[in-house]
Amino acid sequence: MRRYIVRRFFISVVTVWTIATVCFFLLRLLPGNPFLSTTIMKQDMVDKMMRYYGLDKPLWQQYITYMGNLLRGDFGYSLKYAGRSVNYVIKSTFPTSAQLGMQALFFGIPTGTLLGIISAKRRGKELDYAFNALSVIGISVPSFIIAALLQYILGLKLGWFPVAQWKSFSHTILPTLTLSFGIIASHCRSMRTLMLEVDQQDYLKTARAKGLGETRIVFFHQIRNAIIPMITGLGTEIAGLLMGSYVVEKIFSIPGMGSYFVTSIQGLDYTMVLGLVVFQGTFVVFANFLVDILYVIVDPRIRIS
Amino acid sequence: MIRDNDIKNTDFKFIDIGSMDTESIVRPSTSYWPDVWMRLRRNRLAMTCLTIIAVLTLLAIFAPILSDYEYDATNLSKANLPPCAEHWFGTDSVGRDLWTRVWVGARVSLMVGLVGAIIPFVIGTIVGAIAGWFGGWIDMIIMRIIDVGLCIPSMIYVILIILYLGGGAKSLIVAMAIMGWMGSARGFRARVLQFKNREFALAAKTLGASPKRIVFRHILPNILGNIAVGLASFIPSVIFMEAGLSFIGLGIAPPMTSLGQLASDGAGKYRTFFYQFAIPSLVISIIIFAFFMFGNCLRDSLDPKLRDQMLINGRRGRKDMAGKKVSADE
Repeated sequence: MRRYIVRRFFISVVTVWTIATVCFFLLRLLPGNPFLSTTIMKQDMVDKMMRYYGLDKPLWQQYITYMGNLLRGDFGYSLKYAGRSVNYVIKSTFPTSAQLGMQALFFGIPTGTLLGIISAKRRGKELDYAFNALSVIGISVPSFIIAALLQYILGLKLGWFPVAQWKSFSHTILPTLTLSFGIIASHCRSMRTLMLEVDQQDYLKTARAKGLGETRIVFFHQIRNAIIPMITGLGTEIAGLLMGSYVVEKIFSIPGMGSYFVTSIQGLDYTMVLGLVVFQGTFVVFANFLVDILYVIVDPRIRIS
Repeated sequence: MIRDNDIKNTDFKFIDIGSMDTESIVRPSTSYWPDVWMRLRRNRLAMTCLTIIAVLTLLAIFAPILSDYEYDATNLSKANLPPCAEHWFGTDSVGRDLWTRVWVGARVSLMVGLVGAIIPFVIGTIVGAIAGWFGGWIDMIIMRIIDVGLCIPSMIYVILIILYLGGGAKSLIVAMAIMGWMGSARGFRARVLQFKNREFALAAKTLGASPKRIVFRHILPNILGNIAVGLASFIPSVIFMEAGLSFIGLGIAPPMTSLGQLASDGAGKYRTFFYQFAIPSLVISIIIFAFFMFGNCLRDSLDPKLRDQMLINGRRGRKDMAGKKVSADE
């Protein structure tokens, strides 16, 4: 167990280092520089700016400085917004994005799992077909379409929730619903499959043969076993939320990280892109790390092998 | 009670064996792929999806060619027209014909989906075969690279590729290739390991077949089913990703278009010009739906274990099988 954790931790650290290094060099080797696009700047001004940000030094020196700063948690300064540090951007936008993602996860996963369980138990009945249809729609309709529909129906026609912005809890409901729709769909689907798979297992037959009640079988035998493989998917789920949340943030004009990401890519804002990529990469990698450990804790069969 | 003298020789009669023909095989023998196709053809849902895909593909190829309008030709005097006889899907805010634009967009989306899914699978298959067959330090290195590579969020790959190659179908495909091969390589390697020491592989080896031949002629046919299913379920997710990226402004750049971009243009105007949003959204949803359901049906058809059940139960068997879908990522 400890060896496994240490090994996973090591891989995670290597991954983060790889992300930082590869991104650093790829971004620095890009043709052009971030000050060229502003035509007003004269050459000596550009030189000054390059010196100010340390971009005139040799690449390896920049790399060492950057990595040193990174270890101290300093992501550097934006090249586009004067005096605004990447740390500041992260500090002001990440909580919003994280809140949105968390709400979607906390609403989506239990709901999807529950629908999947009901679907499996009512297999071949109307409710099963309804939930199946729902999950197929959730999987095949892109989130921006769902967002627009929700805005139109719940926001405009019924007037229950505000259509955009991020001010109070009621503002968060539509974006959360949009983001969790896909999660509900995929969880409903996989939970249904897993429940039916477990249904074929011998230990379930044993439980039935013992004469256990169906409720007890479902809650203490079937769900507990079916839910294990779902945990592995959690890591990718979190990573997938990143991208999904950019789309949702744009539609609902939420002041999250997404808009900074897109504008900094379009404006060749090296340090900003690098900082955000490294930050999010680290976040996802360690989320995966925790999920992996959780998986081993939950499923004792893995611990032995 | 039967006594010996109850049965006499005269009770038995010789029958001419020639007229019986019990040993001959009446039905034509079928091999794996025709069998799969047979099962697929009986599945109404699969056939519907296949037809949808075929029709949409044909429209994407021919509709822009046959249309009277260019996809990027603007005509401000005819801006924001609703669907009519002249412009079947109406026009957008600068008067471009949406019928043409939607199918050009579908062309891009389908191409990104197909090519962006096939290339990583081909790479993944080859790399996985190398890792699985040779093992040892080659396997070690490849698997560690994949371990690390899979941990990196897909957004990062996409962003780096877009920074280098700019937006557009090409860079999306390259990004898909760079991040998609690892998953399929890992899966393929596991399969190669599973079949590597089976008797038929050993027999081929004894007969002097080269590793390339064993892997591609003997092991690959055994795994082709899994690859096909993985591929079929990867296509819709690539299309999905393209739509999302185009929506946030990192995918296909104007005047070129894709369904994701058209839908995102329309999303801001759905109160005033609903059709500009509804039509591309509907087309992209149908494409993803058709590929997704077809992949699921394919998975069912490829599993020989489900075959007898299906032949016996007929339609009911098919419904029951809907519960036996396993995620392709595993």
